[in-house]
Amino acid sequence: MTTLLVNGRRVESEADPDTALLYILRNDLGLKGSRFGCGDGMCGACTVLVDGKPATSCNLPISAVAGRPITTIEGLGDEERPHPMQRAILDLQAAQCGYCLTGVVMTGAALLDGQHAPSRSEIRAALDGVLCRCGAHDRMVRAVERAADIARAST
Amino acid sequence: MGDVAAILRAYPHIGHWLSIDADGTVRVWSGKVEFGQGIRTAQAQIVAHELALPVARVQVEDVTTTRSPDEGVTSGSRSVEEANEGLRVAAAALRLALLDRASRRCSVPREQLRVADGCVVLPDSNRIPYESLVDEGMLETVINGDEPLADPDRGSLLGSAVPRVDLPAKVFGRPAFVHDLELPGMLHGRVCRPPAPQARLVESATDEVAAMPGVRAVVRDGTFLGVLAEREEQVIRAARRLRRLSRWEPGLALPPSAAFMLQAETSDVVVAEDGTPPADGDISERLAATYSRPYLAHASIGPSCAVALSDGERYRVWTHSQGIYHLRQELAKVLRVEEDHVEVIHREGAGCYGANGADDAALDAVLLARAVPGTPVRLQWMRDDEFAWEPFGTAMFVRISADVGSDGAILRWNHEVWGNGHRNRPGSAGAVGAGERRGGDPAAAVTNLIAGAELADPIRASVAAPPPTPSSGGGRNANPIYAIPSRRVVNHYVAHTPIRVSALRSLGAHANVFAIESFMDEIADHVGADPLDYRLRYLSDQRAREVIKRVRAASGWDTRARDRDGRGLGLGFAQYKNDGAYVAVVADVEIDDDIAVRRVWAACDAGLVVNPDGLANQLEGGIIQAASWTLKEQVTFTPDGITSRDWTSYPILTFSEAPELQVEVISRPHEPPRGIGEAVAGPTAAAISNAIFAASGVRLRDMPLTRDRFIRAA
Repeated sequence: MTTLLVNGRRVESEADPDTALLYILRNDLGLKGSRFGCGDGMCGACTVLVDGKPATSCNLPISAVAGRPITTIEGLGDEERPHPMQRAILDLQAAQCGYCLTGVVMTGAALLDGQHAPSRSEIRAALDGVLCRCGAHDRMVRAVERAADIARAST
Repeated sequence: MGDVAAILRAYPHIGHWLSIDADGTVRVWSGKVEFGQGIRTAQAQIVAHELALPVARVQVEDVTTTRSPDEGVTSGSRSVEEANEGLRVAAAALRLALLDRASRRCSVPREQLRVADGCVVLPDSNRIPYESLVDEGMLETVINGDEPLADPDRGSLLGSAVPRVDLPAKVFGRPAFVHDLELPGMLHGRVCRPPAPQARLVESATDEVAAMPGVRAVVRDGTFLGVLAEREEQVIRAARRLRRLSRWEPGLALPPSAAFMLQAETSDVVVAEDGTPPADGDISERLAATYSRPYLAHASIGPSCAVALSDGERYRVWTHSQGIYHLRQELAKVLRVEEDHVEVIHREGAGCYGANGADDAALDAVLLARAVPGTPVRLQWMRDDEFAWEPFGTAMFVRISADVGSDGAILRWNHEVWGNGHRNRPGSAGAVGAGERRGGDPAAAVTNLIAGAELADPIRASVAAPPPTPSSGGGRNANPIYAIPSRRVVNHYVAHTPIRVSALRSLGAHANVFAIESFMDEIADHVGADPLDYRLRYLSDQRAREVIKRVRAASGWDTRARDRDGRGLGLGFAQYKNDGAYVAVVADVEIDDDIAVRRVWAACDAGLVVNPDGLANQLEGGIIQAASWTLKEQVTFTPDGITSRDWTSYPILTFSEAPELQVEVISRPHEPPRGIGEAVAGPTAAAISNAIFAASGVRLRDMPLTRDRFIRAA
């Protein structure tokens, strides 16, 4: 039995402790916002925050995150109370297919948690853990800048 | 617009396209599918515009073979050009029918009525909502096709940046893709494909794997091999073990490189031939160069996925296929059932950019579901399945020579292009012979779906078909748009296809425009002309000249550095398919430790623009994807199989490597709308190559334009 703290909720998982967190999120908890992309932690589509830091849930065994706070994109914000990253993505329409969005939103959120005014090159470097195939990079980088503006304005 | 007339003949009633709910919601059934290009939003806008409604009152339905018009494949940047025009006429017809009904009911001449905010407005300003006017009979009204469209300048909806209707679900992490579909009691499936194409399964430890925890079935039929388990992590483990414990007989060896194409037997089509070759005395010199691109992967971020359910006789599958009716035909053929026993429902996948593994995965899911009647099955390809088995964009070679006069003018242009076909989707005529699509000779049947050829009772695998017209497929954009007095353009279609290929965004246009626009630069340099001015010498079309003019101004072309000291600007231009959108691109390249594209400017003219922000987004995405293809990408292989099977061996452009973009969209509301998603690929590739030359004096002609190749050439 592994204890997981997902979006502030405590859940017990009977799955094999080696099981990647992604499958527990998607299939047991119904949290489909973390997407499967590669299974190797190379594309970022499955990114969640563990202790506030971005982590790829597709190659993260649940045993490694037992008892640690996990935030998924569903726990970041919703339509009524969007996280600044989510607001900014919508404001700038910074996506095409949207499959990589979870990685961009979660990585951007973690970056802004530590830094209030990241430079463009810091944003790019942070997002290098996420692959976008549609080519929405330029808008997404600008969306992180805008999210920083939104966050600053609201504090 | 011939296709619009044809589709309206097949689906002549308003109700084939549209209906109105009791609460006033207008429902839209279209055959064209969303894959991140924003088509649902554009469709909602078009219908809202014709019917004078807020976009939020329009609901675009999932595309399904039980209800939606069969509009073939959503591809070729044609969804806006064709499908939406059909839908637009249907919406115009509904507006007229509503006005007629109100006119009769209120005994007011139609000319005195207007529509606004979902209502017919009477002269006394009273309003009748659409939902109280519509009935079944009205939806059976036949669309003539010549109904007057709402003025494109009226209101602000058409041509305004309406936000994407599909984006909130994705931003907040709600289920949005076929990958997220979950049915009660659903099993998880994986397939185990051979190490190389055409290998044959000899033995497999099916019993041992069947006994693993959670495994419900190991499915084997010929070389098709898959496994089903209760939990996803269980099926992944089982599939890995199944692969380790299986033995395949090698198939045909892959060639050492794509260069086999230049020696292969070809069937040749003259794409263009006009003018008379110049007399020898007029020719000052002949220039020639050969360009190439490697096999390219679609490399969707989300590997292909499908969910299927069967009762043993009938089949239902949810898929991110771009052509659900064609897929249904293909599934019925492989399953040997009537088409009406198969229902195909579209759900979004990750961006596909052409024919990726979507259709193949749909058959895989159905074959697994057949083994467990009554139980739904979710089949997901793993990353290496997608990289090894998706049909790639074909490698291409382009050889151009030009005769140049003493004044530096081009007198004669010869363009030859080699490559495999670009069409191997379900429904591609030629790949699926027209005769066998309904009935016909089963012995002659071929299938485009991988598993169809793997079964114990197989159907022959198809190869990508030759182009249906000279200027399509490998011939797309092979004919330079420039006013050159004499030319010959030939497409050498290579039938021998050792590596499976199908449609990749822009088909032949990427390599053809890369070659033409690189060569224009080479000639301009040779005769000492400014490459931009040199192109203008051969362009009289004002729309073409305008996009070049815009990008010249935006990029500061005339004041650019010309010292070849590590930084330079390069230009690329094309009119997509020679009759579509006009695009001009300038790239700013810096060569330091590596080749970096710092900025890209683009200007486009795509006629009527439905959603300028959506179009800009497509344009931007096309630029970055083409930059990625051009700078970094190539499918690698050995005789034993594909070796680029993950993101390390098939790297794509990262955020740090992506250029900053500045795009300009010229709106021409009275010109027909043109797709933009593919139009920018060729110009971008050439602009980068030309900028590398401008920055360094080094000309790279083989994609990808890598640092290693640069060092070798310098």
